[in-house]
Amino acid sequence: MAKIKKTIKTIRVDADKCNGCRGCEIICSAYHAEPKYSSINPAKSRIQVLTHRLQNIWLPVFAGEYTPAECMGRDKYVIDGKEYEECAFCRAACPSRDLFKDPDSGLPLKCDMCEGNESGPLCVEWCLNDVLTYEEREEEVEEEVEMEEMEIGLGSLIDKYGLDKIASTVARMSQKD
Amino acid sequence: MRYAETGYNLEIDLATGNIERVETDPKLMELHLGGLGTSVKMHWDRVPPETKPFDPENLLIFSTGLFNGTPAYSSNRTVVSFISPQTGLLAYPMMGGFWSAELKYAGYDKVIFRNKSPKWVYLWVHNDTVELRDASHLEGRGAVETQDLIREELGEPKAEVAAIGPAGEHKVFVASIEQSRSSASRGGGGAVMGDKKIKAVAVRGTKDVYLARGAEFMEHMKEVTEYINFRNENPLPGVMTILSGIGSPQEMKHTDEKWHTESFAWGNARVRRKDFWTKEVEEKWTKTHLGTVKRLISCFNCPQQCGGLVSYEGVPRYMMKCFSKLTYLMAAYVDDLDFGFKIAQRAFEYGVDSFSTPQILAFAVELYEAGILTDKDFEGCPSDKEGRFMWLLDRLALREGIGDVLADGTYWAARKIGNGAEEYDHNTIKKHEQMNIKLGMLDPLYYLMFATNEKISITQIEGNWPQAAFPSREDREAFVKDWPQIPDDKFKQYFLDWEPRGDNSNPYYPTPQMSAEIVDWMEMLHNIDDALCLCAGMASFCLKPPYHIHNYPKLISAATGMDLDEEGLKKIVNRSRNLHRAYNIRLGLTRADEKPPEDHWRKRFPELEEELLTTYYKYKGWNYDGVPTKERLHELDLDYVAEDLEKRGFLKDGQD
Ligand code: SF4
Ligand code: SF4
Ligand code: SF4
Repeated sequence: MAKIKKTIKTIRVDADKCNGCRGCEIICSAYHAEPKYSSINPAKSRIQVLTHRLQNIWLPVFAGEYTPAECMGRDKYVIDGKEYEECAFCRAACPSRDLFKDPDSGLPLKCDMCEGNESGPLCVEWCLNDVLTYEEREEEVEEEVEMEEMEIGLGSLIDKYGLDKIASTVARMSQKD
Repeated sequence: MRYAETGYNLEIDLATGNIERVETDPKLMELHLGGLGTSVKMHWDRVPPETKPFDPENLLIFSTGLFNGTPAYSSNRTVVSFISPQTGLLAYPMMGGFWSAELKYAGYDKVIFRNKSPKWVYLWVHNDTVELRDASHLEGRGAVETQDLIREELGEPKAEVAAIGPAGEHKVFVASIEQSRSSASRGGGGAVMGDKKIKAVAVRGTKDVYLARGAEFMEHMKEVTEYINFRNENPLPGVMTILSGIGSPQEMKHTDEKWHTESFAWGNARVRRKDFWTKEVEEKWTKTHLGTVKRLISCFNCPQQCGGLVSYEGVPRYMMKCFSKLTYLMAAYVDDLDFGFKIAQRAFEYGVDSFSTPQILAFAVELYEAGILTDKDFEGCPSDKEGRFMWLLDRLALREGIGDVLADGTYWAARKIGNGAEEYDHNTIKKHEQMNIKLGMLDPLYYLMFATNEKISITQIEGNWPQAAFPSREDREAFVKDWPQIPDDKFKQYFLDWEPRGDNSNPYYPTPQMSAEIVDWMEMLHNIDDALCLCAGMASFCLKPPYHIHNYPKLISAATGMDLDEEGLKKIVNRSRNLHRAYNIRLGLTRADEKPPEDHWRKRFPELEEELLTTYYKYKGWNYDGVPTKERLHELDLDYVAEDLEKRGFLKDGQD
């Protein structure tokens, strides 16, 4: 199988340096406002700082994938004597919690690495405490892995209904538009 | 659509439990911006001067400022205002932390409490859901622990809680309001809160705050950010470490306490110990400090880290900032930093002001040593210094025995105790305990700041002008060369000519006229900060700050959509300051009250001091008694204030 190059974008979180200011939440919500920077609402941020001040917990977590169903079991971590709240490290917008959902519409939020912003991820830029570091690296991956999300979904639909049926449905739907 | 402000206040009638969401007049932002400015206006309009601090009519206002919740770094102050039980004047202690942004996101600019609740309650503000909840189970709980208890009970880990402890419940005149790593502590806000039977105010908000021209605002913020980075990387040369950076004093970071322990006075603001900071002390203190401060923490949206999470073995954790690790131990003459961390924990849970309280305790110890307070007053008190202070703190916070008298603060306690106790009340201005500093030569700028500001607390007035003249001309030249913050170029010359000794030195230089101008500049900036609710540490309280008179108008214009220039901004805060002054005049403030403690400087110059005060009043447009003149009030669109002052006899017709 052919190998291709892929850029992996990572934000490294050095949580020990976090001073809990929530500046990252502010800038993320401001950037994603419509129009850009017209409003601020940290509850809409794609990064959330989980905090328990007296327990010395300051944990910036990025919004990951949406999941329609919650896990069967939950996880709870104790690190260095600090007990993190249930699901603290999970990035999913999940029915079990309000985190990473637009407070008005309830729609899931996902970090898009500030797509379209020239200087890159804004939370990284705005955090003056060097908690967040942006890294890019090239990785060689199997070509088939490169398949887009939609292709994966379509593949499963084809498996289920057969290619002909899917094709005619798509044709019908596109005429409607 | 309202920009920067939400345009709504919460009005809480504690007597009936009625809660109203009230739209505010957009005009008020044009006239007073927000924060302290619009709060003062509300006190003027609604609380007549006959009102006593513990009358139901005394409003208790928790206010955000224009910039809370916006991306402006370090904008996180909450101004709490009320007529102070200690001073009888309008007090406005501020706290940093996280509360005010949360209130903005909940959709409100201010929470206004009136009347008194029949039973203990706390207010829970969650966007459109606002309720008074029973707090009887929280009575007696500490101001720090209450915050987590409420978060747990609400199941809202992100709720921000401002709470009082037992001292507030007992209406101790120096009771504070505690919130995360900050406190609104000066002037007894905790007592007024306790009098109204409000244990806490909890807030969580998930709504939008709007900017009129957001992209432009961010462009200006980019410059501010660059300057913050520049200043953090380049501490100022020629001044001591604590003054060389930006932000509030980084007391949780620095372990070197030579300056505080040797320059400030120990005990009841009495003794300077000029060789305290020995090698052994340094080693021991550094070890304790580093072993105790678990993490440096900031307030909302601030890149600095003035606060610390304190974890001292054997005492519950708490957060600390500023100078409080030293105030108790210095007042108690205890040479051990461990004591500082231990007693502060208890004091924060009680919820008391860590500047005033240690001085009151030290005052009590002096009275005991002088035989004015007796064994009977001190019955059951341990004889060691540490134990004695802890014992006194318990008494004061709970108003037990002699503590009931001490709880009213040094001034009132001295008058109640009598028998010569008044002599020991030597460090108050307008009945309020001052920093524990005693110096040699009169300083004209500090004279004015101590004497005149409505805050009655020096740390909230000084800032942009260096505390002392630089010895060498080259250093002065280097300093003024890169000084974009100054409102007028003439100040460069004032600074260049200012020398540590000789003709051009304190007390005659800066001249009274220059002194008035410099003090006015610093106050002006403090008043802007307090209207925006931006941390003074990033603007008015430090040298060469990121925010100043030249970039503030641009930021405010972009945020609010108003078109404001420097003159316009100055006029607004001048208006609010004059209104504040008029309000305090109505409450009984006089020229005679405007003086620093007798022993603040060893060398005093009565004639010069009179001239300083008169010159400053004149510069401000006030008459000999410190009352704003009719003309000045007219210029500031405050004719209604002039009328009121005339009606009440504070301004006499034709005799400004
Ligand atoms: S901006 Fe940085 S320091 Fe502040 S909360 Fe976010 S990660 Fe922590
Ligand atoms: S990278 Fe951009 S989208 Fe992702 S959390 Fe940071 S600011 Fe938000
Ligand atoms: S400078 Fe310090 S006190 Fe001021 S906002 Fe920042 S962290 Fe808070």
